[in-house]
Amino acid sequence: MSGEYLYYPGCSLKGAGAPYERSLLAVFERLGLRLVEIEDWNCCGATAYLSVNAETAVALAVRNLAIAERTAGRDVVAPCSGCFLSLTKAKRALEESPDLRARVTSALGQASLAYRGTARIRHPLEVLMTDLGPAELRKRIVRPLKNLRLAPYYGCAILRPYEEVDDAHTPTVLEELVRSTGATPIDYPYKSRCCGGMLTTGVPGIGLRLTEILLDAALEAKADALVTTCPLCQYNLEVFQGRLKKPRLPILYFTQVLGLALGLDETAVGLDQMLWRLPLAPGVTA
Amino acid sequence: MDAVRTVKYEEELDAGFASEVAALPGGARLWDCIQCGTCSATCPVSLYMDRTPRQIIGLIRAGFRDEVLRSRSIWICTSCYACTVECPAQVPITDFMFALKRLALQDERYHRSLIPWVERTFVKMVHANGRLTESRMGMKIALRTGPRHWMSLAAMAWRLFRRGRLRPFHTERMRDPESLRAVLRALKAPPREGVA
Repeated sequence: MSGEYLYYPGCSLKGAGAPYERSLLAVFERLGLRLVEIEDWNCCGATAYLSVNAETAVALAVRNLAIAERTAGRDVVAPCSGCFLSLTKAKRALEESPDLRARVTSALGQASLAYRGTARIRHPLEVLMTDLGPAELRKRIVRPLKNLRLAPYYGCAILRPYEEVDDAHTPTVLEELVRSTGATPIDYPYKSRCCGGMLTTGVPGIGLRLTEILLDAALEAKADALVTTCPLCQYNLEVFQGRLKKPRLPILYFTQVLGLALGLDETAVGLDQMLWRLPLAPGVTA
Repeated sequence: MDAVRTVKYEEELDAGFASEVAALPGGARLWDCIQCGTCSATCPVSLYMDRTPRQIIGLIRAGFRDEVLRSRSIWICTSCYACTVECPAQVPITDFMFALKRLALQDERYHRSLIPWVERTFVKMVHANGRLTESRMGMKIALRTGPRHWMSLAAMAWRLFRRGRLRPFHTERMRDPESLRAVLRALKAPPREGVA
């Protein structure tokens, strides 16, 4: 473990996902891990490019990896699940098709970029739970989040289709993280069911129904808050609560919850940027 | 009353459609589908589809090009990959959905709805700036969909703005978007002599 990683923020963390970036950087710093932002990175392509042109989609994602590979031996950390999957999928596409790989590396070459396929793409949840591990995390907890009931929500991309972060059917890594902060992970049926994705905007009649199903399940299980790993899930579950006329349920990033337990204050983890604030349990003050 | 035939004659189908789809990367799995319907059962949005994922695969194999490409289903797929993970025949159904979106756009025969427009607008914005500005995308969508939701959208935007999560005059862009466009141009250009 080198303790230094290359950071691929993606567009969302520079937009509505700002509190994710703030808490991620604060948590990594507090844990003595360094994140160095990839120089002049570009959009990962998301699902839009895959819907329009497959080859462009791959080249777009891989350009970021080629820049990352200039710093040898460092893993790429992609906190947005969408970016994480786009980058992973592009890397795999080049591994599977020598022909595509030749075309993409040649195009990159004309822009003076070399791609060797050595950079590993990782999600920060997996980085924290593998490189540091739950035991080490527990040692650093100074403010256990006792009496807090949190609903772990994985979303899709870090589990499916590649099971890169955890098992697609019975993931446990987010529960483990929640447990290591001293909070209680609650069990409910839809931990990795679709949040609605782009449909909340594209076809709200369908998208918002998907969001509603998740909120209802978490509320029924009496969660104090729901913990996410992806800016799109977070957005869908948080900002549409008003339109869905639901009782308020705070939707937090796992890095915010961990940051609080590590002793960071509310502003340092961007809790002041959330729409619905976390009612901290008695005995826990930020 | 006019007699309307609802079933197609075989000669009206596109006999080459299945092999065209099967020739796409990963497309050969098309022939592995056993039509069990696990995908449709797993899919969180199949109940809103005009053709379920199982039907889409079946229709491709039978050559119903027009029905498949004009289907609303392919644009409703959120690519959550639930079907892909559950498929007992390892058919990458989500990847088929992506391939069908591309074919439908290429053919200019797609279900006219907001999502294809969003995908194309997204691509244009990234081509110009190298990155996406969420607030600007939201604005474009709001203008496109009309005033029906403007009140609730404005309330949402105001909340996000107050918490520093929406910067109305900020454009998220690369320092040098041209360096990205150079890669994309090189990709489209025919390979040069001596370049693999």
